[in-house]
Amino acid sequence: MADFQTHEHDVIVIGAGGAGLRAAIEASAAGVSVGLICKSLLGKAHTVMAEGGMAAALAHNDERDSWKTHFADTMRGGQYLNNWRMAELHAKEAPDRARELEAWGAVFDRTKDGRINQRNFGGHRYPRLAHVGDRTGLEMIRTLQDHSVHRGMTIYMETTVTQIIKDGPNGRVIGAVGYDRPTGTLHYWKAKAIVLATGGIGKAYKITSNSWEYSGDGHAMAYNAGADLMDMEFVQFHPTGMVWPPSVRGILVTEGVRGEGGVLRNSQGKRFMFDDIPDNYKPSTADSEEEGWRYVLGDKSARRPPELLTRDHVARCINREVKAGRGSPHGGVFLDIAWIKTKLANGEEHIKKKLPSMYHQFITLAGVDITKEPMEVGPTTHYVMGGVKVDGDTQMSTVPGLFAAGEVAAGLHGANRLGGNSLSDLIVFGKRAGEYAAKFAKENGPIKTDQAAVDAALKQTLAPLDRSGGENPYQVQYALQDMMQDLVGIVRREDEMAKALDGLAQLKARAAKASASASREYNPGWHTAIDLANLLTVSEAITRSAIERKESRGAQFREDFPNKSEEFGTFNHVVRKGPDGQMQVIRQPLTPLRDDLKQVIEENKNV
Amino acid sequence: MSHAPAKASSETRKQLFRVWRGDKTAGTFKDYTATVTPGMVVLDVIHQIQAEQANDLACRWNCKAGKCGSCSAEINGKPRLMCMTRMDELPTDMPVVVEPMKAFPLIKDLVTDVSWNYDVKKKIKPFKPRKPDAPDGTWRMDQADVDRVQEFRKCIECFLCQDVCHVLRDHHKHEEFIGPRFLVYTAALEMHPLDTEDRLADLRKSQGLGYCNITKCCTKVCPEHITITDNAIIPLKERVVDEYFDPVTKLFKMFKKKT
Ligand SMILES: Cc1cc2nc3c(=O)[nH]c(=O)nc-3n(C[C@H](O)[C@H](O)[C@H](O)COP(=O)(O)OP(=O)(O)OC[C@H]3O[C@@H](n4cnc5c(N)ncnc54)[C@H](O)[C@@H]3O)c2cc1C
Ligand code: SF4
Ligand code: SF4
Ligand code: FES
Repeated sequence: MADFQTHEHDVIVIGAGGAGLRAAIEASAAGVSVGLICKSLLGKAHTVMAEGGMAAALAHNDERDSWKTHFADTMRGGQYLNNWRMAELHAKEAPDRARELEAWGAVFDRTKDGRINQRNFGGHRYPRLAHVGDRTGLEMIRTLQDHSVHRGMTIYMETTVTQIIKDGPNGRVIGAVGYDRPTGTLHYWKAKAIVLATGGIGKAYKITSNSWEYSGDGHAMAYNAGADLMDMEFVQFHPTGMVWPPSVRGILVTEGVRGEGGVLRNSQGKRFMFDDIPDNYKPSTADSEEEGWRYVLGDKSARRPPELLTRDHVARCINREVKAGRGSPHGGVFLDIAWIKTKLANGEEHIKKKLPSMYHQFITLAGVDITKEPMEVGPTTHYVMGGVKVDGDTQMSTVPGLFAAGEVAAGLHGANRLGGNSLSDLIVFGKRAGEYAAKFAKENGPIKTDQAAVDAALKQTLAPLDRSGGENPYQVQYALQDMMQDLVGIVRREDEMAKALDGLAQLKARAAKASASASREYNPGWHTAIDLANLLTVSEAITRSAIERKESRGAQFREDFPNKSEEFGTFNHVVRKGPDGQMQVIRQPLTPLRDDLKQVIEENKNV
Repeated sequence: MSHAPAKASSETRKQLFRVWRGDKTAGTFKDYTATVTPGMVVLDVIHQIQAEQANDLACRWNCKAGKCGSCSAEINGKPRLMCMTRMDELPTDMPVVVEPMKAFPLIKDLVTDVSWNYDVKKKIKPFKPRKPDAPDGTWRMDQADVDRVQEFRKCIECFLCQDVCHVLRDHHKHEEFIGPRFLVYTAALEMHPLDTEDRLADLRKSQGLGYCNITKCCTKVCPEHITITDNAIIPLKERVVDEYFDPVTKLFKMFKKKT
């Protein structure tokens, strides 16, 4: 039996991005003991990278905005597969959560009358994104981090959780095991409730805006613990990632560039987004360049420029231009913000003030001055709409005591997420998850340790170190990323995805033999070998769900089924571990929409 | 119009890297030959070595775009972010030397124990806002009044300024001096238009503001271009002087104490 350290908390929160921090703050406030665990140092989670802003219908820049329009925008963006209860709560509670950040010390950009300033973003009818230049995520995570360290929780930094422990196959959660990265010591946390806030899965793909942390750990741990996953076919490919030089391919170029007036052009200099505006967005989209610019300036009678259509659509249009041979030299298209200098006297300063980190990123990494020349951009794997299926009010999964919030949870975004709706998601549902996890812990008394289960989990964690002579885990990971990029990417086909399933089976066999050299101290080879198993699980969930969805909707585009089908608009896909250990994909009918919310959607159809 | 990065050579070349390998107990430089393609940064090379030659080479990173402050190291002797250091700005005729930060205890290879920074921050009095300005519980602030604070809040906590500051690096005053990062942090709180807390006594007594002799080394290494010395430290020093050594203020304080 392996040596390990034991810790005991009422609630453990796995993940310290916006969702995890907010959950931990809330649970602490409820008076329970909280342990907060994260793979990196505190303050380095993905949330720190978020750029453009946080959506909340504060109605500071346009008094016509309200929770109702935000709700309707979110549902339309998600192609009505959203968990509508979550979309409702999100739209209603985001403004309070944003104001709360200000009360905790966040300093957002200001309007002329001294309130929180809001910017335009894709799919949002009104300027709705509270922001700080293009470093909104940094502001959020630092505010929450600095607030949380005075709240008496225990923080385990650079510590990875590998498995959730339950008190029997159909039981509740009783804890989790993992290891700390610096020393490789094994840990067991006894806990009455667990909040997963582990973020996404982007490392399953080669071209991605996501870091090493995004190996789908929370998704895989929940699945292995018997929880349902949902909507796993919906992976968001952000339309604008860097494409050149090769080493920075995939790094994000914020949608804020387009919000501030940036336009997309092909190699012929044409603004191709005007050529393809989906019918349900026609009433709200500008039909001339002139009208689009007036919208950017805040003219309330003007409609959005087509560059601000939803991400799935813009990404596909870029893909089409490149395939048709109208791309930029390195296989993207041009994103031009410098042109606003022809419209604004202080254009150059304006760009540097509103998009400072984009300016810095391009000048340093690509040698491109965005105040003078266009950027080259193309789609990059960015976000996963799919995740742990949760109850809309409490965020509890189908496993008692296991909660999920933030990117790891499914429901709010349906088939496609609107930009800015993630940061608000984190604080709205992070808070709820923390609140209800604390409540669960209080109401569901003592737990006992299942020593055999703990031992088995720890043994599995050490397995890559115990093997020798196996394959280099990095090589297996690269092979997986290449394959998912090629076969289950932005444009999908049945035959290619069937090939991917075969490929996944082979990669699984290789991963099971991958080995890491013997030392446990800060050994990234070992960590990569452990993460691989999770990446393979989520890749399989994505592929199987995508095969079953024989239509194109939101982020899923099927070349062999290019249209939306009414039938497929009536259910979500749920992924579950079958009794034989095989992965099952099940159709879960949508819950009928409440009448008053139906009305809200109807009222907002044409605005 | 050219979109190739400035100065980028279009060719793939070999480059010798000299990377510190070791832990608390012992260590040495090890040489690796890397394949460098156009546009690569130092972090790319470290990843390449990790994936192909040394799976257990320890380094930190997250964003690869200068936003998270994880990948701090010393490159050819200079404290820098590995992800924002382009290969084509380094000399090619000598090995690229990569070492961990020196002001903190080593864990392994390029990874140091920076937990001291987190402990320091915890001791600084948190944000305490004034009463809300509006009945709905919100405040009003002008953009002009938050510009300075926003500059400080750009900090990505890379701790490169802590690494380069001689008070910490050479004189090891970690017990008495909070370092430039936390002077910036304190300045951000002190100059926050809504904040009502007083941190000047702590700065003077337990946080060692007086140790800083304005060498400006911290400002030079800050990847976020925060004007640490001129905009944060000097104004804090001035506030402390005004509060404690200015005769008028002193008199006023005595008077206040009596009443
Ligand atoms: C470059 C970029 C820009 C973006 N811009 C925007 C934007 O402008 N607006 C917007 O709304 N959204 C944006 N997003 C999306 C948004 O930032 C993320 O979806 C969101 O931050 C996720 O937050 P989270 O709290 O769910 O997870 P994260 O912030 O990613 O945190 C996950 C946490 O889980 C921990 N973790 C993971 N696995 C384990 C494990 N096994 N054990 C222990 N801990 C674990 C990690 O260490 C980390 O602390 C952007 C994303 C990227 C990548
Ligand atoms: S200016 Fe002060 S804080 Fe900065 S490096 Fe010099 S002594 Fe240290
Ligand atoms: S002030 Fe600058 S150098 Fe210091 S930690 Fe912050 S970003 Fe890094
Ligand atoms: S990896 Fe984030 S700053 Fe370098």
